[in-house]
Amino acid sequence: MSNKPLTLAEKLWRDHLVLKGENGAPDLLYIDLHLVHEVTSPQAFDGLRLAGRGIRRKDLTIATEDHNTPTQNIHLPIADPTSRAQVQALRDNTAEYGVRIHSLGDDNQGIVHVVGPQLGLTMPGLTVVCGDSHTSTHGAFGALAMGIGTSEVEHVLATQTLPLQAFKTMAINVEGTLRKGVSAKDIILAVIAKISTGGGQGYVLEYRGSAIRALSMEGRMTICNMSIEAGARAGLVAPDQVTFDYLKGRPHAPAGDDWDQALKDWADLKTDDDAVFDAEVFIDADTLDPFVTWGTNPGQGVSLMDSIPDPESFTDPSQKAAALRALEYMDLKAGTKMKDIAVDTVFLGSCTNARIEDLRAAADILKGQKIASGIRMLVVPGSQLVRIQAEQEGLDQVFKDFGADWRFAGCSMCLGMNPDQLAPGERAASTSNRNFEGRQGKGARTHLVSPMVAAATAIRGTLSAPADLEI
Amino acid sequence: MDKISQFKGLAAPLKISNVDTDQIIPAVFLKRITKTGFEDGLFANWRQNPDFVLNQDRYQGAEILVTGSDFGTGSSREHAVWALKDYGFKAVFSSKFADIFLGNSGKQGLIAGVITDSDTEKIWAHIDDNLGAEIEVDLPSQEIRLGEMVIPFAIDEYTKWRLTEGLDDIGITLQNEAAISAYEAKRESWKPKTLPAKGV
Repeated sequence: MSNKPLTLAEKLWRDHLVLKGENGAPDLLYIDLHLVHEVTSPQAFDGLRLAGRGIRRKDLTIATEDHNTPTQNIHLPIADPTSRAQVQALRDNTAEYGVRIHSLGDDNQGIVHVVGPQLGLTMPGLTVVCGDSHTSTHGAFGALAMGIGTSEVEHVLATQTLPLQAFKTMAINVEGTLRKGVSAKDIILAVIAKISTGGGQGYVLEYRGSAIRALSMEGRMTICNMSIEAGARAGLVAPDQVTFDYLKGRPHAPAGDDWDQALKDWADLKTDDDAVFDAEVFIDADTLDPFVTWGTNPGQGVSLMDSIPDPESFTDPSQKAAALRALEYMDLKAGTKMKDIAVDTVFLGSCTNARIEDLRAAADILKGQKIASGIRMLVVPGSQLVRIQAEQEGLDQVFKDFGADWRFAGCSMCLGMNPDQLAPGERAASTSNRNFEGRQGKGARTHLVSPMVAAATAIRGTLSAPADLEI
Repeated sequence: MDKISQFKGLAAPLKISNVDTDQIIPAVFLKRITKTGFEDGLFANWRQNPDFVLNQDRYQGAEILVTGSDFGTGSSREHAVWALKDYGFKAVFSSKFADIFLGNSGKQGLIAGVITDSDTEKIWAHIDDNLGAEIEVDLPSQEIRLGEMVIPFAIDEYTKWRLTEGLDDIGITLQNEAAISAYEAKRESWKPKTLPAKGV
């Protein structure tokens, strides 16, 4: 083996190489963990059935229900027949093939990207795939985690491998200390605003620097989760003591001798000192403000202290055209102060920001306050276990006293596949990951925000920073 | 997938260019949970017209589609290929295909052969003049034979190899079963397994 210094991403690739592709053919990589949900799996199972193939490693496969599931009255049958059929197909397929599933009503049910880490299945040094673009979340543990399509889901079920073309590497260096009221979500929104929604195309991003080291696992997951919004193949954070402390004692974390051996192996999971990235980006954490989006893609964001930019100020004609289109859809005018934008709904949830730490951060701000008049707020824990933990900590009571709706776990209002949707023209401050046209419902308008900004906004009724509450 | 070498079949002329995948299968058919049974979605809007080529008696049972240029543009939906295959088509010929459609065809075992515009016209004329005439598709030699004519078609070598061997991506990977097993044998014992389930 050569002694060329390697980045973390290159080490993970090397460690999972089953076969090196020759003459332009892709490399074949081994997949350690395959997460499955109801939307992108039915045709994959059907493909297996037609070809008379089985699942190679059902012991490396796990399924849950999240996209189509309602977040209230979960004891009733799912009302929408299409959603109900898709969930039933997953139940039937997993039963037929012997795949572990956590269904609606089960304590381990929840958003697939919350369930994997909380069970201790996601860990450093793995390859993780799921038929879902936000699989990048699991990179927070120092795992190579990628979203895949339905044909690839079938491929992994049948072979536990994937043919993949090589990637480039990009370092995202975030140095300094975040100020009070600024969080991981603001870092990633600032990164995407800086490199744009296509800036990460073909790259695996590695988030580095003192501000990343200082983040909890929840914060690191928030950042890696949105790597895909910059177009990246995956996002990574090198594992450290924070990672090991989070993992230790979780149901599927290594134990005994395996834990000791794992720690030894994980010690090598960092970019070598003299390794070279194909690209580097620098973000100053010391001066970072809360970040919010004004447009219809996650790259159209600014500091909450700023105003909506003038499309005429964009030099790139396609960016300018996109900004004009976005402002029309969002019914906003250039020059409007972000803090003057009033919202109808606040959504605290999604695979980006629905972990226990996100709920605590919001509850801290909401405690003893009342929701602004005319506003509704949905609080949707990322998993049933997060819901149970939040209730043990009394967070649910804080949300209910404030005037928010406390729901069961699921993808909820992040995407218009279940009953939680915005009405046409309705405007939301949302802790989710995509502000695309129609994403939260037909004609819906989305501003992406952090949990702390979501909470402050629910109190004031307009996009607000926690600091605005102290004035 | 079945191995493909030569076959004879009825050909239908689709004398339209720029056929996007929304026309091949409208979005309303994408909510299904199976990978089969999409034949009713194929050109669903166009098939409401009784004069549409696939509604004509003489083209019932067609297995070869000869279309205008720029076939399969727009949305990446794999369902477009599924619908063509489910309807019974084994090959589509055009002077130009969209990249993603071409890739999806290769994955699903549908021949997407590139011919020239003038050859397209020749085939259309032959079909028009010869009711019920079958044409022969020869993948290894990359030829279409009809009457006295022999028309060459282009297809990339890797895709041709996979189709003639009857290999889908999964089939190709499974040829490396020994390498996968060897990798699994040295997989670290600390790595997680979902079964038996813990924490439930």
